[in-house]
Amino acid sequence: MLQGEHGPAAAAAMKILVAFSNAVGAPKLLDISGAHIDGCLYHGKAGLDFVERLVEGNGRVLVPTTLNVGSFDLIHPGMVKMPAAQEAPARRLMKAHLELGCQATFTCAPYQTRFRPGFGEQIAWGESNAIVFANSVIGARTNRYGDFIDLCCAMTGRAPSWGLHLSENRRGQILFELTGAFEPSDALFVGVGLIIGRASGDRIPVISGLPQPRDEDQLKALGAAAATTGAVALFHAVSITPEANTIDEAFHGMAPDETIRITRADIDHALAKLSSVPDGAPLAAVSLGTPHFSHEEWMRLLPLLRELAPSRGIPIYVNTGRATLTRLQDEGALAGMEAFGLIPVADTCTYVTAIIERLDGVVMTNSGKWAHYAPGNIGVSVAFADIRDCIRSAAVGHVLRSVS
Amino acid sequence: MTRRVGRTGIFQLAGSAQGSALVLSQPLSFWGGIDAETGDIIDHSHPGLGENVAGKILVMPSGRGSSSSSSVLAEAIRRGTAPAGILMERPDPILAVGAIVAEFLYGMSVPLVVCDISGIVSGHRIAIGLGEDARAIIRI
Repeated sequence: MLQGEHGPAAAAAMKILVAFSNAVGAPKLLDISGAHIDGCLYHGKAGLDFVERLVEGNGRVLVPTTLNVGSFDLIHPGMVKMPAAQEAPARRLMKAHLELGCQATFTCAPYQTRFRPGFGEQIAWGESNAIVFANSVIGARTNRYGDFIDLCCAMTGRAPSWGLHLSENRRGQILFELTGAFEPSDALFVGVGLIIGRASGDRIPVISGLPQPRDEDQLKALGAAAATTGAVALFHAVSITPEANTIDEAFHGMAPDETIRITRADIDHALAKLSSVPDGAPLAAVSLGTPHFSHEEWMRLLPLLRELAPSRGIPIYVNTGRATLTRLQDEGALAGMEAFGLIPVADTCTYVTAIIERLDGVVMTNSGKWAHYAPGNIGVSVAFADIRDCIRSAAVGHVLRSVS
Repeated sequence: MTRRVGRTGIFQLAGSAQGSALVLSQPLSFWGGIDAETGDIIDHSHPGLGENVAGKILVMPSGRGSSSSSSVLAEAIRRGTAPAGILMERPDPILAVGAIVAEFLYGMSVPLVVCDISGIVSGHRIAIGLGEDARAIIRI
């Protein structure tokens, strides 16, 4: 492939992959069964120059390949406001990836699509929340691949044989013990994620004492938060995640390098730091679905909207995958919901592009990841709360949080 | 206060560079952490908020966070707002990819070195060079 018998694009991808393998000290490459590309967000000309170079070289991906969010909602034209000079290259970036044979998923939650990998599968994924979900919740195997290298893996069907692809490197290293009895609230999982991310560095965290999650969306939120405050690509939760049936299995029979206790006060403190405004602050918008809202999350949100019936015109943005949105539309589940301010957003996310109308106000979210990144990315003030408090606040027009 | 001390390191991407050290006590995610147009640190939760990385030798424990950091680094290199070189205690594949791709597309090299960063203070003049056995030589 390096010699160009598969075309110049494949040769370039292999050349970069080999340079990368050398940089991380991988002795060889291994076969992968799928890839997820985090290259569709327009961060400037470099990203587009790279993909165009591959398209010009007749590049095609060799394995089923999903795409992460882009800068546009292609399903809802006009939702993203961007100067024309920026819009053309940002749209081209999304289209150029399709020309390489990638699937038009445009979601940060590829594990919610039909391309979800299985336990033990070798994959090359980008997008930090997707990586930690695939490794931890599914037990598939990927390292933290970034832009460019995920595409190089897809174009070659190969990945460097190192890190989390190998069983011996998936051993837990640092133990987090939850002390006390905890209800499996959404916020608990976010708080635990924030704490283990901050304290783990690049060590693999193991969590004991975590209550059984209601569903995988709570583990999604935990992983996304951990990959926001830290470099966590894999966590084990004892008797919850597939490689941690016992604490012994999680640590491969060895002792933890370090043990850290997590108390209720630690969690409250971590969550409090996500909010930059006090209760009572006037609300400009609500943003849910970071990472992308699953169908199950929609099934919890829609009854809440009917029950609390917010009518002040405060927009409630919900980021979701286009496949999930299509399913909801087929089910007729969204009929009449715009009256409550609901604005579904597909293919992108409200904190990476210009969607939210009023950036001078407070935006409320149930996402630890959104709360962390949005102030820097789009300049909003944030109040973090669970979904119910977000919708209650939209109904009254200001930040309202129940004591947890 | 120049101290004539040298140390060796391992290249994640080889090259030579020099500049003034910008030492960050905490890992920085380039995505959401750096404005590629200016090189300013924009992460509100980072102690380096408001500093500028352009032309500096960025010194930090490791990379962090979102995998989109590769693109931000490559774009910053293209625009000339990137650090001249990066020293880290632990390897970071995401930053390595950004630097490798920028070199592939534009022929511009920002060396990335894994080495001991203790004792380096912001403002120190640092030179990264190629030593024997392809190891990095860092002069402070």
